[in-house]
Amino acid sequence: MPASTIERLQVACEEDLVRVRQRVRTMAAEIGLSLVNQTKIVTAASELARNMLKYGGGGETEFERVERNGLIGLQLTFRDSGPGIENIEMAMTDGYTTGGGMGLGLSGSKRLVNDFAIQSAPGQGTTVTVIRWK
Amino acid sequence: MERIPILKLHDLLLVTIQVDMHDRLAMTLQDDLMHQIRRTRARGVLIDISALDLVDSFIGRLIGEIASMARVMDAETVLVGMQPAVAITLVELGLSLGGVRTALNVERGMQLLREGSPEEEASGHASIDH
Repeated sequence: MPASTIERLQVACEEDLVRVRQRVRTMAAEIGLSLVNQTKIVTAASELARNMLKYGGGGETEFERVERNGLIGLQLTFRDSGPGIENIEMAMTDGYTTGGGMGLGLSGSKRLVNDFAIQSAPGQGTTVTVIRWK
Repeated sequence: MERIPILKLHDLLLVTIQVDMHDRLAMTLQDDLMHQIRRTRARGVLIDISALDLVDSFIGRLIGEIASMARVMDAETVLVGMQPAVAITLVELGLSLGGVRTALNVERGMQLLREGSPEEEASGHASIDH
């Protein structure tokens, strides 16, 4: 297996969300995720990238093929340097929103992936890392 | 400016979404559709998403809003052609599209719109909820 390389895309406008979705779709298909799992991680990526744009003032998405314990997966990292999240627990609740959306971005995308990690503090930006295993 | 075409079929409007919509394009569609309902006096709107490989919460909300707006304008909306992987993902995401009627394809959607009042066809949109 070749050493894994990390790809990056900036998310600064709505059109960038389309680029993120397309890149995730291509990588997920290359890794060999099933169609349903491809759709799940692309949808999660769309939610998380939009969150980054909407609440974090834009940011960066990292795409990485990962291998662990014989499993192959697609890892995505969404990093912004926005205002951060004061109460992560509350932000992870279905229906909770500060932006007039449906409040499904974080909680919903967590359900669509296998691993979900979020790091955030007021003034420190937000980083969300997700993995969907094959 | 890029736009999603809206076709008129008798008293129905048919919208086939084939591109991965960025958010602004989606908003434009909402606007165009409402104007077309008024202009053509359409009684029904069919939104065909059979070519879409993703419906996220933004698009889901947009579709729900279209259905509500169209209803206020005296037109019923039926969402048709959702791919199985999209349906599975959408429900897991937490979106049930409760207020939107659905049909398997355009033909069945047309049938549903021609058949009469929404109350009689409550089963038409319950399929995706549970």
